[in-house]
Amino acid sequence: MNKEATHTVPHILPMKLYLGVGAALIVLTAITVTVSFFNFGPYNLVVAMLVAATKASLVALFFMHLKYDNKIYLVIFLTSVVFLAVFIVLTMFDTLRRDDIDELKAEPIRREAIIYDSVQAPKHDTADSTFKVPDTTE
Amino acid sequence: MDQTVGHPEFLQHHFSDVEQQRESAKLGMWIFLLTEVLLFGGLFCAYSIYRSWNPEIFHNAHRFLDVYLGTLNTVVLIVSSVTMALAIRSMQLDRKKQTLIFLIVTLALAAAFLVVKYFEYSHKFHLGQLPGKFYTFTGIEGTNPHIFFSVYFLMTGLHGIHVIGGMAVITWLIFKTRGRTFSSQYYTPIEMTGLYWHLVDLIWIFLFPLFYLVG
Repeated sequence: MNKEATHTVPHILPMKLYLGVGAALIVLTAITVTVSFFNFGPYNLVVAMLVAATKASLVALFFMHLKYDNKIYLVIFLTSVVFLAVFIVLTMFDTLRRDDIDELKAEPIRREAIIYDSVQAPKHDTADSTFKVPDTTE
Repeated sequence: MDQTVGHPEFLQHHFSDVEQQRESAKLGMWIFLLTEVLLFGGLFCAYSIYRSWNPEIFHNAHRFLDVYLGTLNTVVLIVSSVTMALAIRSMQLDRKKQTLIFLIVTLALAAAFLVVKYFEYSHKFHLGQLPGKFYTFTGIEGTNPHIFFSVYFLMTGLHGIHVIGGMAVITWLIFKTRGRTFSSQYYTPIEMTGLYWHLVDLIWIFLFPLFYLVG
């Protein structure tokens, strides 16, 4: 077998590397389980996710060969992670902050925004125009 | 570069060479894995919403998951990932018998994962810690503790289905390896199954702490 034959021959990683990464993953599992018995308050989640992200990186880089392969695969994988992050973060902006727009807290916004006044006190007193944006043409 | 030996049996006609065929398969597989990340991503998003709305319930309910069984399953999946990677390596070195052994061990570990999951699930079924209207357990404080179990069963269930799917493909690989389909020149199906299997492991790496540890 011609091992020099450029990129047509796949990169064969040594056995030691696979076993080493596997051992590292098990050690990290032991760490995250041990840490979970102590309470760091809000940092519990942060610590657990940091360890999980480290483990995931090891799996992706070595077992899935992303470290050695054409970088296009790494880009594809990271794209999915980035879009997932955008998805979750934007959803959290909404679901965590929904209550802030209740009557009281919306008050200053309402005062600044002319549209609320015109909606609440429509100039043309038709019965069904209450919740419509009034016509701008006088 | 050009080391084509006539026309290998495994080379499809619409590819110009083995390398192109391999790279195309890999590109397709990674795009599939991207959709898998987004599929589970929807559920991870649901988890985030429900957890942020019901922090006490998630905290109280997660104590009813067995950390030791969860840890055991994590280790089982990690070892199965190692054996899967080693199966590919053995085939790259043309050690077919070794590949076969590693594939069988991977399959056995996947089955072990499901057996542990079976015991966990049946215990919860027995206690009535079930999703939605099927929830009958009374030992958890807080309103609507069934929400935790809805998310738990959805996410671990979908993951379990992926494990079963992986097992089916690995079984197929075992027969193909025995039938001498693969060689160091052509082992793309084993490599692609490996990628899938590592992703299943990767998703469990996040499910485990989110449910069993920090709940």
